[in-house]
Amino acid sequence: MSPTATDTPGAASAPAVPATMREALNRALDEALAEDPATLVFGEDVGRLGGVFRVTEGLQRRHGEHRVFDTPLAEAAIAGMSVGLAMNGWRPVPELQFDGFAYPAMDQIVNQIARMNYRSRGAAPMPVTVRIPSFGGIQAPEHHGESLEAVFAHVPGLKVAAPSDAPDAYRLLLQSVRCDDPVVFLEPKARYWDRSPSPAGAGPVEDAAVGTSRVVRPGRHATLVAWGAMVHRCLQAAEAAAEDGVELEVVDLRWLKPIDAAGLAESVGRTRRAVVVHEAPLTAGLGGEVSALITEGAFSRLAAPVQRVAGFDVVYPAGPLEPQYLPTVDRILFAVQRTFE
Amino acid sequence: MLTREEAPRLDGDPALPAESARRLYRTMLTARLLDTEAVALQRQGVFPAYVSLRGQEAAQVGSAAAMDARRDFAFPTYREMAVALALGVDMAGYMASHRALWHGGLYDPMAARFAPVNAVVGGPVPHAVGWALGEKLAGRSGCAVSYFGDGASSEGDVHEAMNLAGVMGAPVVFVCQNNQWALSVPNERQIAGGSVAARAAGYGMPGVAVDGDDVAAVYTAVREALERARSGDGPSLVEALTYRAAPHSTSDDTSRYRDPDEERAWAERDPLPRARAALEAAGHADAAFFEQAEAECRAEAERIRDTVSAAPEPPGSDLFAHVYREPTEELARQRRVWQEEVA
Repeated sequence: MSPTATDTPGAASAPAVPATMREALNRALDEALAEDPATLVFGEDVGRLGGVFRVTEGLQRRHGEHRVFDTPLAEAAIAGMSVGLAMNGWRPVPELQFDGFAYPAMDQIVNQIARMNYRSRGAAPMPVTVRIPSFGGIQAPEHHGESLEAVFAHVPGLKVAAPSDAPDAYRLLLQSVRCDDPVVFLEPKARYWDRSPSPAGAGPVEDAAVGTSRVVRPGRHATLVAWGAMVHRCLQAAEAAAEDGVELEVVDLRWLKPIDAAGLAESVGRTRRAVVVHEAPLTAGLGGEVSALITEGAFSRLAAPVQRVAGFDVVYPAGPLEPQYLPTVDRILFAVQRTFE
Repeated sequence: MLTREEAPRLDGDPALPAESARRLYRTMLTARLLDTEAVALQRQGVFPAYVSLRGQEAAQVGSAAAMDARRDFAFPTYREMAVALALGVDMAGYMASHRALWHGGLYDPMAARFAPVNAVVGGPVPHAVGWALGEKLAGRSGCAVSYFGDGASSEGDVHEAMNLAGVMGAPVVFVCQNNQWALSVPNERQIAGGSVAARAAGYGMPGVAVDGDDVAAVYTAVREALERARSGDGPSLVEALTYRAAPHSTSDDTSRYRDPDEERAWAERDPLPRARAALEAAGHADAAFFEQAEAECRAEAERIRDTVSAAPEPPGSDLFAHVYREPTEELARQRRVWQEEVA
């Protein structure tokens, strides 16, 4: 080990991860820019302003206008330029400002970024991390509260991550940027500013390796599986259930592609009951995939059909209706109850 | 729509040095002969389909010849066979895309400095801008050349890319081959305002329309644009006015949408006889040259034809080989399923 190893980002002596996800993501980007001079951060308003959620705050000042820069308001161009930058040796970390505005970039993400390594038979890898502030819960305007994980997870060539708390957001983003495959990184904007301590705590970046999940609360009666902001909702449900003596395990899936099928089977193999929770509409949502993986991997241990608690199959609603749409603690507990019937 | 006669001609003498002119002619001729062989291969069932570039040889060879193949990078769509030829791409590997052996072709795009064949007509245009921006950020002197057509000029990605290039001052040259037909739709139903070149002004870059069937004119215009980009003056747009002499693809039927008289009239503008006449008029080539060129270019086209025809089909395991750099357990599992149940 080199004498400077203890200064390596992510090593044991690294400063404590900030309390909020916004700050943790900022730290991860700062370190990614510092550790690899090929890393570039760009997108709408990420430069001088520091991003509409301030995730890129201070990065342009610290790393220069050539490494952290504003682009025109053009999502297809932002994603498309990433392809050419990657082909020229750069490691792009573009931001698409909101989930609903990833759709204008979809051709470049799906037809180009996801396929260029394949199309070129490995000659033109795409180490691109597309950051997208995602999911709902902040009473935002239309197209600012969408959950696109199933759309991206369906695309061969992409990997998909969604952090649930600050320490893991830091680890997952560094893992994503260092990954030589394209990663779509979905940040739960409802959790950007939350200061509640992470139940799983800090840990080395290596703990968040591609395709791993983590148990954020152990339990023995049923497993709740979630990602993004719904992990917190599941923890609330587990807290409530504990008052009745029901011990719910909460699994933070965090890598939505590839999914940790073995980890799911291990947890549900112990608890024998599973509830998948996500914000996206139910039909053809990722909950169906998770449910199938649990069934395939732990069928003989299952005491009840896997339950899904999801958004309804409706357009993501305006602010006052958000609490009606998003999975609630009660809905999660009803689903748990159904696994005991 | 600018007519050929109205299109601004470049100032100065477009004549090329004799050796360059002869080389461009030979490349155009090889492209024409290989194109003809490719259509025949489709008829014989060797290629499932083919997209002919017949008529666009001058636009492609002239623009590619202006590039510095050591430091520049071309971003094609799917009808740029003569660009590949002019840049020295492994042509059997290029034609492998048309034989459907591999979507992007089987040449090394990074070594060839010619991006994989791309079937999304506007898709590669922002790639070229990104590559060019990367070159500028790195302080290197290469330029990107982005190829697209009159049909792609309607795509949103092309507009986003041009605006981005203008804002960023990216060293990129947009080469629009306006071959008059976007599959079955003519220019007048494709290009509001009549000129792709005119749109450059809105993106803060020079735009010029040239006779795309005059190889020297195309070469000169693209060379000027590349010099401009290389000297730090940003992007340019060159619209090469040409003609798609063949159907859109071997699956297409032009009799359903265009007048056969138009196709017959094209013969007078065919860039190959024009290049030949220019060589003869300049005294750069004699009958012996053309005879030798015909024989050698035909042999080269036949060699490429035979090589791509004989190329092995990819093994089934190639389904999985390049989806990820860092393979996933799930895909490894599916590969085992394929091995046990399909292979």
